[in-house]
Amino acid sequence: MSALLAGISTLTLARWQFAVTTVFHFLFVPLTIGLSLLVAILQTAAYRTGDEAWERATRFFGKLFLVNFAIGVVTGIVQEFQFGMDWSRYSVFVGNIFGAPLAIEGLLAFFMESTFLGVWIFGRGRVSPRVHVLSIWLASLGTILSAAFIVAANAWMQHPVGYAIDPRTHQAVMTNFWAVMTNSTFVLEYGHVLFAAFLTGAAFLLGVAAWHLRRGHDTAAFAKAARVGVVVVLIAAVGTIFLGDSQGKQMETQQPMKMAAAEALYDTTSAASFSLLTIGNLSGNPIFQVRVPHILSVLATNTWDGQVEGIHQLQAQATKKYGAGSYVPVIWLLYWTFRIMVGLGILLLALGAIGLWLMRKRRLEQSPRFLRFAAWMILAPFIANSVGWIFTEVGRQPWVVYGLLKTSNAVSVISPGYVATSLIGFTAIYTVLAIIEIALMIRLARIPEAPLSPAEAEAAPELVY
Amino acid sequence: MFAVTASPSGLEQLWFALIGVLWLGYFFLEGFDFGVGVLLPFVARDDVDRRVVINSIGPVWDGNEVWLLVAGGATFAAFPLWYATVFSGFYLALFVVLAALIVRGIAFEFRHRRDDARWRRAWDRAIFWGSALPALLWGVAFADFVHGVPIVAGGAWTGTFFDLVKPYALLGGLATLSLFTLHGATYLGLKAEDPVRENARAVGQRLAPVTFVLVTAFLGWTYLSAHAWHHVGLVPPLLPILAVGVLAAVGWLIGERMEGWAFVATAFVVLALFTTLLLDLYPNVLVSSVRTSYDLSIVASASHPYTLKVMSWVALIFTPFVLVYQGWTYWVFKKRVGRPGRVEQPTEA
Repeated sequence: MSALLAGISTLTLARWQFAVTTVFHFLFVPLTIGLSLLVAILQTAAYRTGDEAWERATRFFGKLFLVNFAIGVVTGIVQEFQFGMDWSRYSVFVGNIFGAPLAIEGLLAFFMESTFLGVWIFGRGRVSPRVHVLSIWLASLGTILSAAFIVAANAWMQHPVGYAIDPRTHQAVMTNFWAVMTNSTFVLEYGHVLFAAFLTGAAFLLGVAAWHLRRGHDTAAFAKAARVGVVVVLIAAVGTIFLGDSQGKQMETQQPMKMAAAEALYDTTSAASFSLLTIGNLSGNPIFQVRVPHILSVLATNTWDGQVEGIHQLQAQATKKYGAGSYVPVIWLLYWTFRIMVGLGILLLALGAIGLWLMRKRRLEQSPRFLRFAAWMILAPFIANSVGWIFTEVGRQPWVVYGLLKTSNAVSVISPGYVATSLIGFTAIYTVLAIIEIALMIRLARIPEAPLSPAEAEAAPELVY
Repeated sequence: MFAVTASPSGLEQLWFALIGVLWLGYFFLEGFDFGVGVLLPFVARDDVDRRVVINSIGPVWDGNEVWLLVAGGATFAAFPLWYATVFSGFYLALFVVLAALIVRGIAFEFRHRRDDARWRRAWDRAIFWGSALPALLWGVAFADFVHGVPIVAGGAWTGTFFDLVKPYALLGGLATLSLFTLHGATYLGLKAEDPVRENARAVGQRLAPVTFVLVTAFLGWTYLSAHAWHHVGLVPPLLPILAVGVLAAVGWLIGERMEGWAFVATAFVVLALFTTLLLDLYPNVLVSSVRTSYDLSIVASASHPYTLKVMSWVALIFTPFVLVYQGWTYWVFKKRVGRPGRVEQPTEA
């Protein structure tokens, strides 16, 4: 092991471990947040109308929701503890502030989510139909609340507020909890993440329903689900894009280097154009580029001729302020993750808009090309969510807490062998789980829900698991 | 170090106590979940019985596990240095616990999704090992907290993985593994119908004396080791003596089919065992095996009063709701779980 690890630092391994476990965890979490809300909507429709088709849609997507939920939960346990394992110096530095939302998330959100989901899974026929519907709404509320606290913790790393540095211990200590929870970065980031989660759930709902509609399975149930999917995809895409755009402008004032790196903009420019595509390298002398005039200035400053700061100037400013060192993140990674995220967001907006247009024309179920497109678009939000987080986290480097603590000073003082062991271990477990989960998901997603006899629908199932 | 001599403030004491309560809640609740998982191969003879066993904790295991997440989060917020030192120091052990909890949680949700004997057998193994390993390792970890780990000033770790697996800690691990399993047996006695109920009774009766020996030895060693003599609450050692006394009665209670009392008894022993360890630990959060002056104290690891005050208000307002609705779910699912009148027999059985 040690020979293999020669030259690989604890820092590098710990960063890879955080990237692997967090990206994996966040494949499942947005689908959990989105689908719990959508299943709640489907079940409420079933409860209100008494229509068996809504009932079947609820059971079908409820089953897929639970398979996904389980992985989100168990990979979340790792998130709660790996700050202490791999980032102990970070944990000591930020614990006063960062720990509080994490603890509150558990108390307010995780208990609610897990307890009421237990009631929902096992409660059919044991609690009244009204309480059963209420339980999925409360589970959904739990997921929405949990996102609030974890995003508040992340927003503090992006833009620290409400703190002071203890001169004796050199820890960041909280001076204003309200400021932490109303951080301007948090408000936009939370909205963006939440809408993206609803978008993930809705694109999944629409895509799976579209797959069945194209094959003529249970059109009554799947047409209903597809319509809910279209409406939510459209609303959520608009919300995600609008808030993402506001975040861009905020980033220009709070983390200008992230914006400059996203654009590979080396020198401060007024009336800056937006690069759609670059071939060659991103060093400032590309071989081939497609650029749209003025758009970068509009994105970053909301004005036609606004000035956008360049990497060279920002690096010089940062050296003056924080001392020698590189303050430039990995430019190619930021450039491409940003473009993939934005591109997929626009595609999803198109999915919602075309879907709505077809719905108005009453041709949604008879448009095989749209249905095929919708089925493929299931993948889009997962990719966009991942690259979005990679963009914002890598873009903050070299800082782990912006302007206060560098990532290289945050890592635990432990042997790289330990981190390598757990990195390999988690990667192996997660890979196996991903294969099993995707296979199971596809298997279950392909079988339409069979109707229940009235007797079955009334009775409580004796063995659920 | 100056921090060792300073005594904790009221707020710091409160948060040490609250985190203690969170761990106690976790071990009381997930203790029987672990026990049920360990007993899975021993109390069920076919797939339907195994499903009865799993369904007995089905609606509640996830909520029970949240106690761990809240304990972890609260430790992070209230005692950052404790959180950072323990989890980076117990690195490999914690990795094993996390991996175990991952496969176990997935197993509950995935096992029933396919009616295939090989698929189900694989998840049954995941449930067994995913329950047994944490049940063992939490005992090892808590024993290490009180008996000392190789830390020097400021919680810096100087040892290796093997410093964590000394005889005392191993005894602690075996004691909790055995106790949680017994706790799971009394839980199944309350929650399952025959034949699982009857099988759990038989296993419980055989396991009770073994658990008695292990827990008595562990508590005795804890008490007789030098540290215990200095600490409040352990002189006189009422709690450990009560724990051992109650544990002595468990076998008899199971034999007399006093299922409710048997469960109360194992719950009491779980709570008393971990309370003893926490009282032994106070006013430290982690003992150094290198030198007493390196002990990590409550005062040295605590957050500032402002954070603790904010957290106290949040806990004060929201904890009652959590207790009420979590308690309510146990009431909703109070019925015993049994073999259904009409369930398709899977291929294997």
